[in-house]
Amino acid sequence: MTLKLKKTLLAAAVALSATGAHAATELTVYTALEADQLKAYSKSFEQANPDVKIRWVRDSTGIITARLLAEKDNPQADAVLGLAATSLLVLKGQQMLQPYKPKGVEALSGQFVDKDETPSWIGMDAWVASICYNRIEAKKHDLPMPTSWKDLTKPVYQGHVVMPNPNSSGTGYLDVASWLQTFGEEEGWAFMDGLHQNIDRYTHSGSKPCKMAAAGETPIGISFAYRGAKLINQGAPIDLGFPSEGLGWDMEAAAIVKGTENLDAAQKLLDWSVTRDANVIYNDSYAVVAMPGVAKPVPNYPADIADRMIDNDFEWAAVNRERILKEWQQRYDGKSEAKK
Amino acid sequence: MSATLTRTGGRSDLDYETWLQRLVVAAGVLFLLVALLMPLLTMLVKSVQNGAGEFIGLSNFVDYFGNPALTRSILHSLNIATWTTLIVVSTAFVFAYALTRSGMVAKKGFRLLSMLPLFAPSLLPALSMIYLFGNQGILKDWLPVDSIYGPVGIVMGLSFWAFPHALMILITAFSNSDARLYEAAKSMKTPPWRVFLTVTLPSVRYGLINTIFVIFTLTITDFGVAKVIGGQYNVLATDIYKQVVGQQNFQMGAVVSVILLLPALISFVVERRVQRHQSAQLSSRAVPMQPQKSPLRDGLLALFCTLTCGFLLLVIGMAVYASFITFWPYNMDLSLNNYRFDMMDGGGWASYFNSLQMSAWTAVIGTTVVFLVAYMSEKIKPMPTARKLLQLLAMLPMAVPGIVLGLAYIFFFNHPQNPLNGIYGTMTILVLNTLVHFYTVCHLTAVTSLKQIDGEFEAVSASLKVPFYTTLRRVTLPLALPSVLDISVYLFVNAMTTVSAVVFLYSAETTLASVAVMHMDEAGDIAPAAAMAVLLMMTSLVAKGLHWLISHQILQRTQRWRQR
Repeated sequence: MTLKLKKTLLAAAVALSATGAHAATELTVYTALEADQLKAYSKSFEQANPDVKIRWVRDSTGIITARLLAEKDNPQADAVLGLAATSLLVLKGQQMLQPYKPKGVEALSGQFVDKDETPSWIGMDAWVASICYNRIEAKKHDLPMPTSWKDLTKPVYQGHVVMPNPNSSGTGYLDVASWLQTFGEEEGWAFMDGLHQNIDRYTHSGSKPCKMAAAGETPIGISFAYRGAKLINQGAPIDLGFPSEGLGWDMEAAAIVKGTENLDAAQKLLDWSVTRDANVIYNDSYAVVAMPGVAKPVPNYPADIADRMIDNDFEWAAVNRERILKEWQQRYDGKSEAKK
Repeated sequence: MSATLTRTGGRSDLDYETWLQRLVVAAGVLFLLVALLMPLLTMLVKSVQNGAGEFIGLSNFVDYFGNPALTRSILHSLNIATWTTLIVVSTAFVFAYALTRSGMVAKKGFRLLSMLPLFAPSLLPALSMIYLFGNQGILKDWLPVDSIYGPVGIVMGLSFWAFPHALMILITAFSNSDARLYEAAKSMKTPPWRVFLTVTLPSVRYGLINTIFVIFTLTITDFGVAKVIGGQYNVLATDIYKQVVGQQNFQMGAVVSVILLLPALISFVVERRVQRHQSAQLSSRAVPMQPQKSPLRDGLLALFCTLTCGFLLLVIGMAVYASFITFWPYNMDLSLNNYRFDMMDGGGWASYFNSLQMSAWTAVIGTTVVFLVAYMSEKIKPMPTARKLLQLLAMLPMAVPGIVLGLAYIFFFNHPQNPLNGIYGTMTILVLNTLVHFYTVCHLTAVTSLKQIDGEFEAVSASLKVPFYTTLRRVTLPLALPSVLDISVYLFVNAMTTVSAVVFLYSAETTLASVAVMHMDEAGDIAPAAAMAVLLMMTSLVAKGLHWLISHQILQRTQRWRQR
């Protein structure tokens, strides 16, 4: 009886661990894309490559970056698609990316591709900071639409602003990195000190501040333009604000994880990521995409957003990422009870 | 007679049996060493290493205590745990008193309602708080503080969730009463308040101390509630999560884990000591007390219980209602939109089915393992030292917070040199982790029921040369069937609702519904998160309902001996 039981248990354990044994290659792709975008991406890729099936692992930028770094010695991902370029630069610094030059990469505009001879990462599109402003709640509290980042430090906004935590959110980090670049380090931190006085809460993800604004939990959320446009299209009573100092942005990019057993399939994914079809899909959500001439206006998304984006130094943002995040955590994380 | 003779003839039979017993005991010890002790030790080692894996002594701890943003969380956690314990234990104390010692009406109903939070993921009350007291909450104006996001929200959410745990222990404590003491007090005309202080309170003091420590441990180690409703109020468990997932700082995660282990270990030791005292309390001549009616007291107690259950129902009802609202608060039409999980974070409907699968495996495999180990440690004779070790290891999981266990599993099972690293990212590691996480209560349940079965059965069987596994199958298992069913439903429900331990361990193919609730909340999709939490609660209730049916229908046949 006992032996039989042990055998059954063993068989069960084997059955449990035997996961993917399918005909098509299963490609594990880590991503920080929004959950509602993933279906369209995998559908288009799998139509072009019926022998490969994508398994998405999705989380916020900081979490996906953390997982990739944690699994450095025992990589679980084959490729990365839709992760902030600043994060991929960190991974590249750790020798974790497999350089590859996708077929047709020449068609992309130069600033979207890693400068190395054989690039380690390929940009897809840019996502851009913006303010989600709930008209109904703002009216209740008599809050004008902020026109500049510095406006947000005014006492009138105290407790009415929510922004993402840069440690977990890529949007949060691009905000912080852009403020430090636009205002300079010293003035940048001083600005954030002021902003911190008005922040109600730092959220885990970059889209949550905008969703909170859309639900009236907070009048103002610092988020990104795509989420705002999407929520407006869903009927949320919000407007998008674009501060005059310029908008921080980051690139979503793709790369192959070094050591993957599915190199061939991973290369196919990169090949797909630079195609016109792929860029058309990116354009459903982003106004600025890697392939010139593809972008058509996205509903409720500002047409002139490219002109408002700051001149972003990705190399600087990647090299200083750890230092900035640490400093940010020391200054603002878990200190909010002092503010009220 | 002749049959016995033929049996005695084969002496090797006996040896085979002893060897089998030794093998199972050894397998049990090995299981708990690999699945519990070694991961924890790996974590301890990580806390004194740097990112490159070099030994750096206590410098991680020095860093930790030099960072006020992190150390403040210790105070926060203590603050939360103290308040919640105070609220929960005092409420549960009165509630348990009402259920056991008063002539109050509708006791069964109150008791049933008070158990409901056991079936909800701890995230559910936190999500409810947003709809009740958030900035768009329906009872926002009742909130005495500025914002529900913070300590007040955490304490309220945790109070909901921890209440039945306190109530269960206190009901047991109050049930052991000796009516003779009360009769003596009455004949001496002792005033009721003195009876309460000198008779009632001392008789439940061990149960009370026990409850205080259990609730304190539960709340200081909680992850889910603080994650959802904590706002900027960081606690130790959320710090571990942030260090690991946000900062990529696994060493610091290990340091915070070690710190979080301390209060849990202290309360574990205290509880063990209390347990030892408790057994001698009730003499065999004690006469169980029959509750007397007293209209005023019973009325007040009924009011108290109504209010308490009202709060529990309000929290659950709010989550259920909000899960059907199209777009809170601007479009209050009812719809099923929030149940369209496939457009959301966390893995969609697949997560729900993964959770079902994981819970079923945990219940089946877990019950088997728990029962076998308990049987071996209670009913057989060989390898006394190994069995002692087994008992000790089986008690340890209670002192290990889920999030700490989860992190320990990453360190141990994702190590490239670990031959078992193939289970990383599979369903197996989730089942293993969940089983170990909830091991102790199951073990205690099994041991208690095995202790009730007379050891003579084994002795007689052995003298009749019936192999132990036949006794186990034909006598012990049928007798212990009620507790076996209890264990399996306990494992199922907890596997459905747990977040803390599995949050580090799921993979793309094994996303879980409880974790999906957290992810949807993180992404700002509060209503779908509430919907998934409601779905998990309903599933757990269905499982419990099935358990009740089976217990009452089938067990009536096997358990007839219990009634006279």
